[in-house]
Amino acid sequence: MVSEASASSPEIRLSGLEQRYRTEAGGEVLALTGIDLSIRRGEFVVLIGPSGCGKTTMLRIMAGLIRPTSGTVEIAGRPLWKGGARDDSAVQELGVAFQEANLFPWMRIEENIALPLKLRGVPKAKRLERARALTELVGIKGFERRWPRELSGGMRQRAAIARALSLDPHILLMDEPFGALDAMTRDRMNVELQRIWMMQGCTVVLVTHSISEAVFLADRIVLLSPRPGRMDTIIDVPFPRPRDGDSATRPEFQAIVRDLRKRLDAMS
Amino acid sequence: MKRHVHLVATPLILAALVLLWWGYVRAFEVSPLILPSPASVGASIVDLLQSPRTWNHIWYTLYETIAGFLIAVVVGIGLGALLGKTPWLERTLNPLIVGLQVMPKIALVPLFVVWFGFGPTSKVVMAAVLAFFPVMTNTIIGIKSVERGHRDVMTSLNASRWQSLREVELPASLPFILTGMEVGIVLAIIGAIVGEYLGGSNGLGYMAVAALNAFDVPGMFAVIIILTVIGFLLYALVVMLRRFVTPWHESVLITRET
Repeated sequence: MVSEASASSPEIRLSGLEQRYRTEAGGEVLALTGIDLSIRRGEFVVLIGPSGCGKTTMLRIMAGLIRPTSGTVEIAGRPLWKGGARDDSAVQELGVAFQEANLFPWMRIEENIALPLKLRGVPKAKRLERARALTELVGIKGFERRWPRELSGGMRQRAAIARALSLDPHILLMDEPFGALDAMTRDRMNVELQRIWMMQGCTVVLVTHSISEAVFLADRIVLLSPRPGRMDTIIDVPFPRPRDGDSATRPEFQAIVRDLRKRLDAMS
Repeated sequence: MKRHVHLVATPLILAALVLLWWGYVRAFEVSPLILPSPASVGASIVDLLQSPRTWNHIWYTLYETIAGFLIAVVVGIGLGALLGKTPWLERTLNPLIVGLQVMPKIALVPLFVVWFGFGPTSKVVMAAVLAFFPVMTNTIIGIKSVERGHRDVMTSLNASRWQSLREVELPASLPFILTGMEVGIVLAIIGAIVGEYLGGSNGLGYMAVAALNAFDVPGMFAVIIILTVIGFLLYALVVMLRRFVTPWHESVLITRET
């Protein structure tokens, strides 16, 4: 699977990214500027920053949902945009999970999970088999035939992650995937996400505004500052894996949390 | 207890209304040419239903209504999907659509008779024209109200326009389309009946006019009641369709729970 190009180049490379929005009044807002970032294969990178720092915009650019005003996005050495369209082979390397699970209410859980396979013409028996394997991976086995509305928020989010993983992408992009969940479910989902990531060996980029979530999950934290959104600091989080509830009580962990909070407070 | 109360209450109210009608006719000695008694209307219904001619008329009206309705559904969903997905086209055609919508389409019946003759075709066309607009406008609204997050998912999967339409936009529009169809089936019946009123010699609309011309007022009431029952059944059929087509939808869930 690993080609020459992808082995030598970073999994995701953002260079000179800039994003401007036209406002209704006719003005222009600089949402994001001077973004240069390389993400290694298998790395867990968390984007954090106060609201308005452009972290979601940055993730949406990586996902190909927004075309940057200037700068380039490379996925495994290939530019994400070719002419006016997304390069399909680059898109296949990306799985995206959003703050809302965004499951389609008219599809059963297994159909939701298998949708990316359906769009790529995988035969039904094969894609449902894959969906079953994924429900097991994300811990919702037995709920394949349910409607999304019959699942709790946490389970829906698990199904959304399963859908994002169904094409076996090398990269998982997540925009505050647990932001809508209660604190206890959220902690549990963080442990689960770490487990899934370690099993899949994929690269993860996750946006959050929770400092402890960032420190718990990340290999590297990218702190963004607002107006205009730019990269402020990159912090390495060198703790061993798998991390658990105890890791979060360690003084080194607390020290990073404290530093981050100080920097964030200084910004706003 | 409360959830079953309507099973008793609805027939009771119906019975009370018939009783009121009967009492009014009796007490004020209303001429049967103005308002016949429920008994004579009932007798007339029984009479009519025993004649194979009546059934012929019923099938005629049913055929016109259903054929017109199906045409309206297919064309309405097709055109609605096209306009919903192509905003510039919708903006261009919008004044035209609104104009056609506010036009009193019943006034077209004589024209349709000239164009399509006294046979069933002119009635099918009238039924289709009336039922078409609610289906189309609801399809457009449905396609436009697809959630942003759902669109994002399809974009992130690099889905084609056709795939998005089939997997997301049409299923998301179904609750809206079904609402349009509920309105549409009623309008289709009206279209067929008005067509029969004004031209031709078949169908329940023609029967009602013929009865009135013969001063058979109970007969006319009987035809109207038969029409109402047919309309009710067709409407119920479309409503039931909702359960089969959108078992996942909130509205179906609610009616199941109550």
